[in-house]
Amino acid sequence: MSRKLSPEEYEKTLSFRLRQWLDGTKDPYLGNLEMKPQKEHVVSKKEREEREERKKQSIMHVYELSENKELKLVKKLYGVFCVCFCVLLVAMLLLAVSYLPTYGEEHNPVNNEVSRRYIENGLQETGAVNIVTGMILDYRAFDTLGESHVLFIATCTVLILLGHKKTKTSEPTEDEMDRIYEPKNDTILQFAAKVLVPPIVIFGIYVILCGHLGPGGGFSGGAIIGAGLILYLNAFGFKKTERFFTEKTYKIMSVSALGCYCLAKSYSFYTGANHIESVIPLGTPGAILSSGLILLLNICVGVVVAGTMYTFYVMFRKGGY
Amino acid sequence: MTVFTDILLLFLVVCAIAVSLSKKLMNAILIFMSYSLVMSIIWILLESPDLAITEAAVGAGITSVLFFVTLKKIHAIEQFEEVEEDHE
Repeated sequence: MSRKLSPEEYEKTLSFRLRQWLDGTKDPYLGNLEMKPQKEHVVSKKEREEREERKKQSIMHVYELSENKELKLVKKLYGVFCVCFCVLLVAMLLLAVSYLPTYGEEHNPVNNEVSRRYIENGLQETGAVNIVTGMILDYRAFDTLGESHVLFIATCTVLILLGHKKTKTSEPTEDEMDRIYEPKNDTILQFAAKVLVPPIVIFGIYVILCGHLGPGGGFSGGAIIGAGLILYLNAFGFKKTERFFTEKTYKIMSVSALGCYCLAKSYSFYTGANHIESVIPLGTPGAILSSGLILLLNICVGVVVAGTMYTFYVMFRKGGY
Repeated sequence: MTVFTDILLLFLVVCAIAVSLSKKLMNAILIFMSYSLVMSIIWILLESPDLAITEAAVGAGITSVLFFVTLKKIHAIEQFEEVEEDHE
């Protein structure tokens, strides 16, 4: 049951007063309490000096060795504990090493059928002359996929931590500040970069493409290309590199390379698990177009690594492309 | 050849100790760089050129460059130069 109150009656109820208080239309203390404007707290010069003197003395009291006996004791104990801890750690590590099997023994766990199979059948099964590449990109390709993803995640983390969003209101001082430290039109550096960068990048591409024929592979080749790009950036500045490499380029590059790797490896996992003959030919060992998917996987890893190295450098330099 | 390897290994140990003892961050990075270079030569002597290429590119190249950039950003390099100028 509810009945409608007249305005005079309603003004006497508790809910009306509560609502008034919530709205702020009525201050219950207004008229009941005496209010004064607050006086500004003024600190005289003498007072401030006294306070600073006291602060200094208290700091002296805590940190001065002659004043504080506890600190003295702690410092001595700290040194003793440090030495004890180091000795203990070294002793533990040496003890653990002494339990390891001796180097070159016949019955060591390293000498099992896995490595023997890799060495004996590696060339036939993977088609790669370089056994190491055959191992990491064929037998252990899943590990390498994880490695590439770790790199990608590391770049994402750096982008999140160091990247700053460009807002229209903020002035572009940060980029200009960075430009101060950058060598501007340094003739020697620019000439050296002009001579060095093309061979470096070509050598990186060679290392990637011949990963299954000789020493090298995606990771090292990608790192070399990334180093070349960093040298180019240092010599000629961001304006020139931004013509061909921006954040968008990096995103497209790395995501497509990782996706390509995933697809290629899923295909070989699928065929391998279901005992289906793979369509991709292994080719003659030693030819550039051989060893099945390894060349493609090397290129994917190289693209991811090169982009990651360059992006790291750019993020460290100015926190954004 | 073994003498050469021994010299390189000794150099590695000296470098590793020098990095931890050097007061200037800049010097520490330079020593770390040379450590990586010697390490890559040792990888070649151990007949693993794959690792040698990677060590030279990543250890001596990119890691040190990133360290340099970080030092520059936290103004560690400039500060040292200012201190030296003051002494002069």
